[in-house]
Amino acid sequence: MKAVFLLVAVLAAHPVFGQTKAKAQNVPEIAYDSVPGFLKLPATLYLGEGIGVATNSKGHVFVYTRSGDTRLFEFDQNGNFVREIGQGLYGFEFAHAVRVDRDDNIWAVDEGTNMVIKFTPDSRVALVLGRRPEPVEGLVAATPGAPDPEPEPYVFSRPTDVGFDAAGNIFVTDGYGNSRVVKFDKNGRFLKQVGTKGNQRGQLNLPHTMAMDANGNVYVGDRSNARVQVFDNDLNFKAIYDNVGNPWAVCISPGPHQYLFVSNSIPDNGLAQYRDITGEIYKMELDGTILGKFGKPGKQLGEFSTVHEIDCRNPNELFVAEITAWRVQKILLRATSPAR
Amino acid sequence: MLRWLCLGAVVAALLTPDGFQAQAPVPEIAFDASADFLKLPSDVYLGEVAGVATNSRGELFVYTRTGNPTVGLGNSRLFSHGGGRLFEFDRGGGLVREIGQGLYAFLAPHAVRVDAQDNIWIVDEGSNQVVKFNADGRVLMILGRKPEAVTIRVPSPSPPSSPASGGSAAAPGAGGAGDQFIRPSDVAFDGEGNIFVADGHGANARIAKFDRDGRFLLSWGSRGTGPGQFNVPHSIATDTRGNVYVADQGNKRIQIFDGKGGFKSQITDVGVPQAVCVSGGPHQYLYSSHAGDKYGMDDAAIFKLELDGRVVGKFGAAGKQLKQFGLVNTIDCRTENNLYVGELTNWRVQKLTLRPSQAR
Repeated sequence: MKAVFLLVAVLAAHPVFGQTKAKAQNVPEIAYDSVPGFLKLPATLYLGEGIGVATNSKGHVFVYTRSGDTRLFEFDQNGNFVREIGQGLYGFEFAHAVRVDRDDNIWAVDEGTNMVIKFTPDSRVALVLGRRPEPVEGLVAATPGAPDPEPEPYVFSRPTDVGFDAAGNIFVTDGYGNSRVVKFDKNGRFLKQVGTKGNQRGQLNLPHTMAMDANGNVYVGDRSNARVQVFDNDLNFKAIYDNVGNPWAVCISPGPHQYLFVSNSIPDNGLAQYRDITGEIYKMELDGTILGKFGKPGKQLGEFSTVHEIDCRNPNELFVAEITAWRVQKILLRATSPAR
Repeated sequence: MLRWLCLGAVVAALLTPDGFQAQAPVPEIAFDASADFLKLPSDVYLGEVAGVATNSRGELFVYTRTGNPTVGLGNSRLFSHGGGRLFEFDRGGGLVREIGQGLYAFLAPHAVRVDAQDNIWIVDEGSNQVVKFNADGRVLMILGRKPEAVTIRVPSPSPPSSPASGGSAAAPGAGGAGDQFIRPSDVAFDGEGNIFVADGHGANARIAKFDRDGRFLLSWGSRGTGPGQFNVPHSIATDTRGNVYVADQGNKRIQIFDGKGGFKSQITDVGVPQAVCVSGGPHQYLYSSHAGDKYGMDDAAIFKLELDGRVVGKFGAAGKQLKQFGLVNTIDCRTENNLYVGELTNWRVQKLTLRPSQAR
């Protein structure tokens, strides 16, 4: 086993990054602090890559991490460890996002098993979308240059994120393999999809993250196209915001005045050339107006090491999950208004 | 004439005239060994011991290839899990605890080192990562990133090429400007806390330097046989003056650099250097383990040198018995005459006590 393993343990192909400097100029800096040591882990528990973070209505923090195995942890509002969710779950292989809906259900998106899993607030599985490929089928060989197969309604190809509207409809960005956004009803029945691979309006090139506003509009981080695309609730194209770099993570805060946060994360390949052009998070109005930005790349407290998901339930107290520093930071934004 | 058996994975390099055939016979250093001072609970086993290091209190850290490295099936990708564990022992050899249970980076252990502040660092050649733990065993810093998925290697007649390195026309093996390691092998530190990573066993052939906060500073080296070039930089150590000693395994030499990668000198008469260590104390010595065959059964020794390269003596032989060495992958030499060595093919740590005054 070991010999075979070592034989094949050669490098995965490094993905090509088209990370770009944001076009937006003279954006005001938002002052902020990072809370040191917010998450408190038991001595035998370790986070791996910080892939997903989300809070529920009680302030509990859910962290979906690529550890030795992909695992989902729950912490209370003070950062104390509460429990692990989904131990040994068939749908956990390679984490990509965790979200909490308005009823405090917890949703995990796994790009290794191609599944989206809904847990009840007491952490039992309530609904599953997609299906893990049967192991007996073996691996699908990648054929470079071959046209992408037509996506099937209920089969994801490395899905990335999930969102919900007021009616309980479910939206999934899908993903690294397919290039679409899929809409399901609250019972998981397919309704509609939008997107093919490309850079035209309504096309997508790595829909990596998504968020929804109170009117049911869908904001998709179209990462490799370096833009946020906005669709209405029926997945009709509405707008493009292309001045904030390559969106790795987007989040929309709740409440009467909603804000959009977009992270132009430093790529996870560790190359120094990206240090000066990436790493910042933008705070925007829903119409795309930029209010300010904060953050820079790095491994120190308060710096961002490839932000992969943002929680913005409170727009002034964010949680960010970071890939390459294996952590979740709690970020406190100071007042943005000029009057101090 | 000593016979040469090349390590299978290593391309034979120039056999320099002043190679392993030292002009004068190398004195043998008398020593004792113990292989059973580590007391393992009945349900804990060591595998290949890739790394061994002590901290300032004499506690011992062992990074071992054990358990079952497994892969999980995705749709088109394989996801790797497990394969390495890090254990801490007290000075009497009692197991204190395990560190990093289920850690994402633990895949194919290659080294563990302890810095001046007693932080514990592991180097994993499977995950391409270097992880810094504090003395309590909590993660402080990550360098490198684990490949997301395992790919199937397609046999190729041509040697591995260097991956894209950020657009620059870098020499083969020079790597990118950052922490994109390819099978890194070892880590060392200077007095300012700067970090040196030997990188490594794969397509890269370089030393990468980072500041104490993990910020990339510079790297040096490329694949080749000239000064400052490497063919598998397999182990690395620093002295108190900030000089860097690199076991250039495939070139059968130890190269010595200043802290910015400036070549200073090389040592070519200590066989095939697999692991190097610079001892503590006011008079520092350089230890280098020689592994002349890939099974650890025919040709092995550990050399003791002055930092200027003069060989003081050597000890040990290849084999599986006590005082014999089966591919020594790591040496701890915090105390000049009390060494810990970790062996790959013998799955053990030997505690060695040198008796230099009784050199035969």
